[in-house]
Amino acid sequence: MGGITCEIAKGSFVALVGSSGSGKSTLLKMVNTLVEPTAGRVLFAGDDVTTVPQAKLRRRVGYVFQGIGLFPHFTVGENIAIGPRLAGEALAESRIEELLTLVELEPDMASRMPDELSGGQRQRVGVARALANDPELLIMDEPFGALDPITRDALGNKVRELHEALGLTTIMVTHDMAEALLLADRVLVMDSGALVADEAPRALLKGEGGDIAQGLVAVPREQAERLSAMEDAPAKDGRA
Amino acid sequence: MNEIVEILFGLGDKFASHIVLAASAIGLGILVALPLAIWASRSPTVSRFALGFASLVQTIPALALLALFFPILLSLRAVFGEDLPTLGFLPALLALALYALLPILRNAVTAQANLDPQVLEAADGVGMTSLQKLRLVEAPLSAPFVMAGIRTASVWTIGAATLATTIGQPSLGDPIFAGLQTQNWALVVAGCIASAGLALVVDGLLGMIENGIANRRKWQWGAGFVAVALGLGAALFAQGGGEDDDTIVIASKQFSEQYILAQLIGAQLEKAGYSVAYRDGLGSAVVHSAVASSNIDISVDYTGTIWTNELERTDNPGREAMYETIVEWERENTGVRVLGRLGFENAYAFAMRSDRSAELGITSLEDLVAVAPQLTLGGDPEFFERPEWIAVREAYGLRVGKTRNFSPTFMYNALRSGEADAISAYTSDGRIAADKLVVLEDPREALPSYDAMLMMSPRIAGDEDIAAALKPLIGAISVAAMREANYAVDREGEGKLTPKEAAQELARKIGL
Repeated sequence: MGGITCEIAKGSFVALVGSSGSGKSTLLKMVNTLVEPTAGRVLFAGDDVTTVPQAKLRRRVGYVFQGIGLFPHFTVGENIAIGPRLAGEALAESRIEELLTLVELEPDMASRMPDELSGGQRQRVGVARALANDPELLIMDEPFGALDPITRDALGNKVRELHEALGLTTIMVTHDMAEALLLADRVLVMDSGALVADEAPRALLKGEGGDIAQGLVAVPREQAERLSAMEDAPAKDGRA
Repeated sequence: MNEIVEILFGLGDKFASHIVLAASAIGLGILVALPLAIWASRSPTVSRFALGFASLVQTIPALALLALFFPILLSLRAVFGEDLPTLGFLPALLALALYALLPILRNAVTAQANLDPQVLEAADGVGMTSLQKLRLVEAPLSAPFVMAGIRTASVWTIGAATLATTIGQPSLGDPIFAGLQTQNWALVVAGCIASAGLALVVDGLLGMIENGIANRRKWQWGAGFVAVALGLGAALFAQGGGEDDDTIVIASKQFSEQYILAQLIGAQLEKAGYSVAYRDGLGSAVVHSAVASSNIDISVDYTGTIWTNELERTDNPGREAMYETIVEWERENTGVRVLGRLGFENAYAFAMRSDRSAELGITSLEDLVAVAPQLTLGGDPEFFERPEWIAVREAYGLRVGKTRNFSPTFMYNALRSGEADAISAYTSDGRIAADKLVVLEDPREALPSYDAMLMMSPRIAGDEDIAAALKPLIGAISVAAMREANYAVDREGEGKLTPKEAAQELARKIGL
């Protein structure tokens, strides 16, 4: 990986797209130092992230990932409150309920254990946990990758809504170009460790961004065309 | 059955010291294993080395491991001074703790290796320091597995702690070893019931704690902890009320004669108003060191044994000179006081059936020489390799027709059935009296003497009151009286006595 220079403005929602092994997750994890770069720097609010105390940095950056990683021995409420607890503060019960409501879960779910929840509910808790510290930046690594399509769509829209409502800066890694186009203000495309496109969704749909980006855009576009063609064509068994 | 129950009720103090020993060993094992496991989870080299070492320890038989700590601690006296105990609690604790290491360590390392990587990534992601991660995530998630390891270690340790008896630490092994030697099966069964019962109860309680932790039921693991703590507290309290400094500790090796003599000596001291305690079933090799270091106060040892093992001599200056030399040597080198000889020997000797002895006209080794080429001589498996046999052959120019090896029990059967004409025997063996055997005289004193001596530790060596209480035993026990007492304990069926009963019988016979 190398030769990547890019700046992300406060308040933007950026999607980082690429095929498997393109380096998008590695790049994302350099932001909260789960991966440290061998060369180059990542600046967060003007500071090199490797010079800021690690624990403090990670509490300012909400992290949501595909594996979710809820602590199985903590209740849902304790999972959500873990960030503030590490900083020595107890999160008020009303705040936990508020966060649960924010991700569209019942407030009384706070006392449940993670293994009693469905996959979608668990990732909602994961998002609530990431938001509990009032982070300046939310980074998400394939956050909806393991969810069924309906849950995935609903949760994607919810995150976008929260991004607006809470004035967050969000970076989301995904391999699904449709998701990126629908949720983000700006799409970065990676290939073999390099940044190959940096466009707004509308520009990508208009054919900008080069071959690799267009290759990724072609997949959902073609699917959509085939679906609508199917709608127009007469049914194969002649009953329609 | 009633006998077993009765014995069980009398095991209170052994029970208490067994619990204290096993609990201390497990505690020490945990203290060493857990930090080691944390270190191992962060370094594969440490993990390999630690698990390799713990597995290696496990391959050493527990009995050998316990015995090995005696020379190790003895050599450590150069560093820690002469007060470092080499027998009893300390070596037992160290050996058992080493033994407890493996299951705890292995479970802890495995638990750490199997933690969900997603959960660990989340712990890093939310900004835990590595100490917070250990305390809040790794430790609680590993706890049920670690607890299972502690449970396994506890069951092992409680079982292995019975072996502590052999190095002078009272435990539930005392009745087991004593029972095995004197063929008193009630004692063996009682000891086994007590130690197995203890292991089962502890396993149950620790299982309850393990389950409580795994299912996050505070009351469950809390109750388990309270029960374990109460049991331990009771054991400590019971043990605290045990021996004081005035108690005289009497040792015995692992055979009937030693158990009987210990009881005889104990009864004599109690009659004089002393309180006594018994360390039964000590390994033969450790008894002398135990008395020399005042870990025990009184033992009965044999001149031939001390001559070879302690003075490291191979010559035979004759019975009197050997005894005098030993008394002098002990006084100068160990501070042990040899109070005197009890009056009998437990030596190697040649024995014949009385009818055969009369028929051939043999009453001494000198008589044997002429007819020996036509005879078959039986010995225990090692006898014909021992210096005693070589000494006899050389002294009398003895040539026997045939030699055969038998296990000690079959040796007597062979003599009875005529498969052997003469056998090597122990002079105080009860079977000599029971089978009415003739022990051949040894006029040239080729066989070294094994006079039984009463030894007093340096701690009580100068106490003339104790010496006076024991003086009546000196020269009082004939070999015939000792044989009879040994036979009463060794025999099966009707007339079988416990060592204590045999000692009372013996005391009556010698007029105490």
